[in-house]
Amino acid sequence: MKQILKRLGLLAATLLLVTVLAFVAFSILPGDPTNSILGLNATPEQTAALRERLGLDLPLWQRYLNWLGGLLTGQLGQSYLYEMPVSQLLGSRVAVTATLTAMSFGLIVAISLPLGILAARHAGGWIDRVVSVLGQVTMSIPNFLLGFLLTCLFSLILRWFTVGSFSAAAEQGLGAYLGYLFFPALSIALPRAAMTVKLLRGAILGEMGQDYIRTAYSRGNSKGRVLWRFALRNAMIPVITFLAMTVADVVAGSLVVEQVFAVQGIGQMLVSSINSRDYPVVQAIVALIAVVVVASNFAADALYRVMDPRLRQR
Amino acid sequence: MLLEVERLRVELHTRRGSVTAVEDFSLALEQGEAVGLVGESGSGKTVTAHALMGLLPRERAEVTGRAVFDGADLLAMDRAQLRQVQGRQLSIVFQEPMTSLNPTMRIGRQVEDALRVHTGLDAGARRQRALEAMALAGLPEPEGLYRCYPHQLSGGMRQRVMIAAALVLRPRLLIADEPTTALDVTIQAQILDTLRRINRQEGTAILLISHDLGVVRALCGRVVVMRQGVIVEQGRVEDIFHRPQQAYTRQLLEARPSWGKGKEGQGHG
Amino acid sequence: MGKRRNWYLTLGLVLTGLTVGFGALGLVWTPYSPTAPSAADRLAGPSLAHPFGCDHMGRDVLSRTLSGAGATLSIALAVLAIGFVVGVVIGALCGYYGGVVDALVMRVCDAVAAFPSVLLGLVVIAVIGPGKYNVILALGVLFIPSFARLTRGEFLQYRDRDFIRAARLMGVGGLRILFRHILPNAWPVLLSGLSIGFNNAVLAEASMSYLGIGVIPPDTSLGRMVSEAQSYFVTAPWLVLFPALVMILMILGAGLVGEGVRERMGEG
Repeated sequence: MKQILKRLGLLAATLLLVTVLAFVAFSILPGDPTNSILGLNATPEQTAALRERLGLDLPLWQRYLNWLGGLLTGQLGQSYLYEMPVSQLLGSRVAVTATLTAMSFGLIVAISLPLGILAARHAGGWIDRVVSVLGQVTMSIPNFLLGFLLTCLFSLILRWFTVGSFSAAAEQGLGAYLGYLFFPALSIALPRAAMTVKLLRGAILGEMGQDYIRTAYSRGNSKGRVLWRFALRNAMIPVITFLAMTVADVVAGSLVVEQVFAVQGIGQMLVSSINSRDYPVVQAIVALIAVVVVASNFAADALYRVMDPRLRQR
Repeated sequence: MLLEVERLRVELHTRRGSVTAVEDFSLALEQGEAVGLVGESGSGKTVTAHALMGLLPRERAEVTGRAVFDGADLLAMDRAQLRQVQGRQLSIVFQEPMTSLNPTMRIGRQVEDALRVHTGLDAGARRQRALEAMALAGLPEPEGLYRCYPHQLSGGMRQRVMIAAALVLRPRLLIADEPTTALDVTIQAQILDTLRRINRQEGTAILLISHDLGVVRALCGRVVVMRQGVIVEQGRVEDIFHRPQQAYTRQLLEARPSWGKGKEGQGHG
Repeated sequence: MGKRRNWYLTLGLVLTGLTVGFGALGLVWTPYSPTAPSAADRLAGPSLAHPFGCDHMGRDVLSRTLSGAGATLSIALAVLAIGFVVGVVIGALCGYYGGVVDALVMRVCDAVAAFPSVLLGLVVIAVIGPGKYNVILALGVLFIPSFARLTRGEFLQYRDRDFIRAARLMGVGGLRILFRHILPNAWPVLLSGLSIGFNNAVLAEASMSYLGIGVIPPDTSLGRMVSEAQSYFVTAPWLVLFPALVMILMILGAGLVGEGVRERMGEG
């Protein structure tokens, strides 16, 4: 219990630090954001009024506290460019990216677990070699290029979907919406799935060489039972930890792949906001992603402790 | 006759070529008898045990000869037939109590393993049988240990868990491969006591493998001495202990420190 | 070594040699100017004069791929140089001397390493602005933690070995122990770390340039080329194909080398 409290405290401290960094980094930049909003011909009175309205006349620490307070209540500030609340701007986009991330993650699990088990079960055989070579190649293709290849094959040649039709697909209902997100999700998932396969295969083979596996055989367990009931269970401990940490990479991947498939998620928003120096939006997105990354790492650590009894009782 | 091994020969295929690990090994074991198998490390005793248990991977080991156990040749069985015997009529306890148990599985579940494989007993009945076996193996308060994990137990306790798991279906023969080597001297003596009690009380035949004639003497009436894969001497344990015929056996006897000299048989401290 | 050939290592070395050679050539020589437009050749397909075709401004794609590969290669190597040198020094000192500073530094490293490098690169670029040198700086700094952690692990392992103790007793100085006695032992692990680092550097630069926040014109890189070619994908697929292929082979080569090195270490 004390251990859990300590970890939660550490989590809170990390999150706080991350928000400080996200805020400060974009607040100490040279240049006055009012210039880009009002243009260079603005009168000093107009500028002062806008500064006050945006809260820019307050000292940095006070601005941070205001921002943090807003963050906790869902008020993420005002976009310079669109002149509307960031929360309103991001609302639907967060849902899109979250869906994309969840689908990618689901695909990673759905692809890597069967393949990893298959490769381990037939270690050294041709299935294992094919999986290993394909995995090595897949890992070498950046996910935006993979997106290109999938677009080329399924959109241009097979015409299963039309690139750029995301908003139209979103209006046609959930099926079309998820259908459009399938290929972006696949481009994010494949390289990570290849890494997971490799890790799982190695972990299973490592467990199969342990003494307790010999014990299981000596009790009359069949090879299948030994693999499923004994080796796999223990091999999953590092794999699940890896998968939890994968969430961060999946989010990063979706930032890039959203561009390829013209998906209106927060990745697209982030890139365009960086280019237009719309810092409240950038700050909000960065803080949001950082929270997800820190939380998924926390989850990885917690899962590791839950799954391995040697670490649990302390 | 419970077990009759004739001209057992084991060839191991390694990356550097083939090695004959055991050659012309013959042994007969009566119902309820305790026999010792002694030799220095690398003499082929563990390979013999694993060959009899069917634990050598078939692609890496060539086992020939006959090993008739309870009327059927273990070496002629296919995988499925062998699995019927493993853990039910023929069980083994390994040398490494620290690593031979699954670290993420509760003790109770591991003791019950053979019951799950070989019987259709429900959870309550399995638990009952497991607790009995744990008590038989000399584990104090089996109910409390049932939900523990291996890392919470001492080495001696873990070896008792291994013994309980091996005995849960009351096998006809228990192969104990250096069961006390990794343990303290006092714990060693207690484990040997337990094995002796099981042998007398339950009538379980035991093939005790050790590098230490003294350990074997504490439990067995008969002993077989192995060196470099072949049997060099066999007979009643008292005869061999007091009047070893072979120079090698004498060396084995001299190499072991006498009882009470502190820790024994441990690789390094 | 045994008679079993290490195919991964062999193939990896060949691919790495070819792609690195290709990029190195691009730094010193291209058949045409990679930046000179030519209205007559707009979107011309592959031909004898232009084996990789021409892009939307009539620029020779082979020349652009050569110089793009050169740019990608030099950025990746510069990033590795910063990350590796600084990371190894920090990791060596932390691993060997330990203490409070070590604990603190490693906490920071863990935190940074938890974030994908594309993500952090994006944030850093958002603050300092895009461009070739900013990308190198951003990624270089972000690569320090992983090398520091790797090195620290190795040095921690060797710190209390007998041969290091003996060296200490003989009065060998700290720095000499670190870099003459321990470092050579850590090489195999660092080498496989370098191959992973190279992959990540190429991937991160490509992704950032693709997003338009990496290399900016008139500079180019493989990622930038793919990004620019996106809208001509249907009409002129060679614009994407050739830079993409070079990029994939470059990453594959380094990946195979890393795999081969690990395999060899596992055996030996």
